[in-house]
Amino acid sequence: MDIWISLLKAFLVGGLFCLIAQILIDKTKLTPARILVLYVTLGVVLTAFGVYEPIVKFAGCGATTPLTGFGYALAKGVEKAVKEHGLFGALTGGFTATSSGICAAIVFGYLFTLIFRGKPRD
Amino acid sequence: MRSEEYQKYVNSRAGKSPLLKDCLFAFLVGGLICALAEGLHYAYDALGIETETAKALVSVTLVFLAALFTGIGLFDDLAKVAGAGTLVPITGFANAVVSPAIDNKSEGFIMGVGAKMFVIAGPVIVYGILSSAIYGVVYYILNMWMG
Amino acid sequence: MDVIRLPRRVSIIGSVAVVGKKEFEGPIGADFDLHDDTEMFGMDTWEKAESEMQRRALSLAIGKAKIDATSLDAIFAGDLMNQCTGSAYGLKDFSVPYFGLYGACSTFAESLMLSSLMIGAGYFTTCASVTSSHFCTAERQFRFPLEYGGQRTPTSQRTATAAGAAILSAENAGKVTITEVLPGRIVDKGITDVNNMGAAMAPAAVDTLSRYFHATGTNPDGFDLIVTGDLGIEGHGILCDLLLSEGIDVRPVCNDCGLMLYSAESQDMHAGGSGCGCSASVIAGHVIKRMEKGELRNVLYLATGALMSPGSLFQGLSIPGIAHLVHLSV
Repeated sequence: MDIWISLLKAFLVGGLFCLIAQILIDKTKLTPARILVLYVTLGVVLTAFGVYEPIVKFAGCGATTPLTGFGYALAKGVEKAVKEHGLFGALTGGFTATSSGICAAIVFGYLFTLIFRGKPRD
Repeated sequence: MRSEEYQKYVNSRAGKSPLLKDCLFAFLVGGLICALAEGLHYAYDALGIETETAKALVSVTLVFLAALFTGIGLFDDLAKVAGAGTLVPITGFANAVVSPAIDNKSEGFIMGVGAKMFVIAGPVIVYGILSSAIYGVVYYILNMWMG
Repeated sequence: MDVIRLPRRVSIIGSVAVVGKKEFEGPIGADFDLHDDTEMFGMDTWEKAESEMQRRALSLAIGKAKIDATSLDAIFAGDLMNQCTGSAYGLKDFSVPYFGLYGACSTFAESLMLSSLMIGAGYFTTCASVTSSHFCTAERQFRFPLEYGGQRTPTSQRTATAAGAAILSAENAGKVTITEVLPGRIVDKGITDVNNMGAAMAPAAVDTLSRYFHATGTNPDGFDLIVTGDLGIEGHGILCDLLLSEGIDVRPVCNDCGLMLYSAESQDMHAGGSGCGCSASVIAGHVIKRMEKGELRNVLYLATGALMSPGSLFQGLSIPGIAHLVHLSV
């Protein structure tokens, strides 16, 4: 039963993050690009103030999959790196923690660029 | 009509996006993507993969799927309905990297694909990394004080 | 600036429209001379495809006019791509004197106007007007990559994949003539929303149309059709509203190329079509043919353009509009 409850929690919290962004897109002049930047930065700030960690504990991937979760990973990354390497960690922690996601985007992006081409939208 | 009056008039008559429908689909699709992520996490756990690696693998899997959907041309069709539902999860980030890369193939692999890959997703990396670096410095100073 | 009446007969002796898939599936799709469902026209990039559309449109128009390319005195052509490359690459092999124009969606009227003025003034005898737009090249240049997942707002317009060509001549007698032209002025009412270009261009259309009616003493009832291009649903409504407040009621005879090209119900096109090729294909492929058949006799063609660039938008500048008027009659 546990798994269904966590799936439901992830669904609800993740969906809520998307819903808020949709309201921002439709109701304000914020472009999608600005909203993504806002979400990532917000993720870092909320993690810094200890607000985001409880959401991650509660919702799991529902909190780590939205781009705020990317900010969370960045913030946790620098925390860990600063603890291990001191001030130098501020420069390495962010990229280290998110390297697999960014690298995957580059590798798969390149791979599919070799295979596919753009199509006119319907 | 003066410019200010005209802008007011234009705003008052412009059709609004269907907020309720947009929100519903954003919530449903975004929620489902996150639930899928959670499911993948369970699956990788069950395979005995260590938690940190499993978490990273979940992101990598979603990035792969989003990149694939972008390549075969389904991502934009889904996003037209889902809006923020596909934009906000890491799938949106992957789409923002892959779509300009595919699009700029005709300008060559260096100045096209290579240079344009982060033309949309770049700001996310820049401001994400920048804020994390600032936080790192603050965190370091706080830790020194707190001992 | 007053309305210019052409001092000699300038007629359209051949007109052709080449379109993509969506345009062919639209309500007037059957009128178009050529279409390609892949929208590639046998080329390997979208940019080459757009050039190819211009090349084919002009070739077909030359054939219809039963003339040789060598008898063309000049081509007036334009498109939306950087530095008008769509026209330059598409038309280079014709070896005809060439003028590249940029008037955004108003370019086709601008090219008809300049062709007819040059012929009217006696400098040239036969000219070609060619313009095009391609959904994929315009998306790439002005908006997002083709596969980028984004939503469009209800007021946004779709760039048409279409090209139109018309051959104008003082000698060979075509049925449809250009009798009057009125160049537009740049009008900027401070609209910054790139997804509402209809609103940015409508004031320019109002400016040109009311100047025309005042200068000529005519009123909308005297025309079978007043066709704007491409204000879309939003701009069309604004135009009708604003003209009504000036005491001019165009509603019974006014239509818009952006609305005619697509079906609002069955094709998800939001506010309608746009782009240099939109009104070019509707005029060259549909309106002129109807005039040749005698279904329409007296038509005002008013093409509107939004004169911004991606850079000007990022810098927060508002979108200036323009509207050129061409009076077509049988």
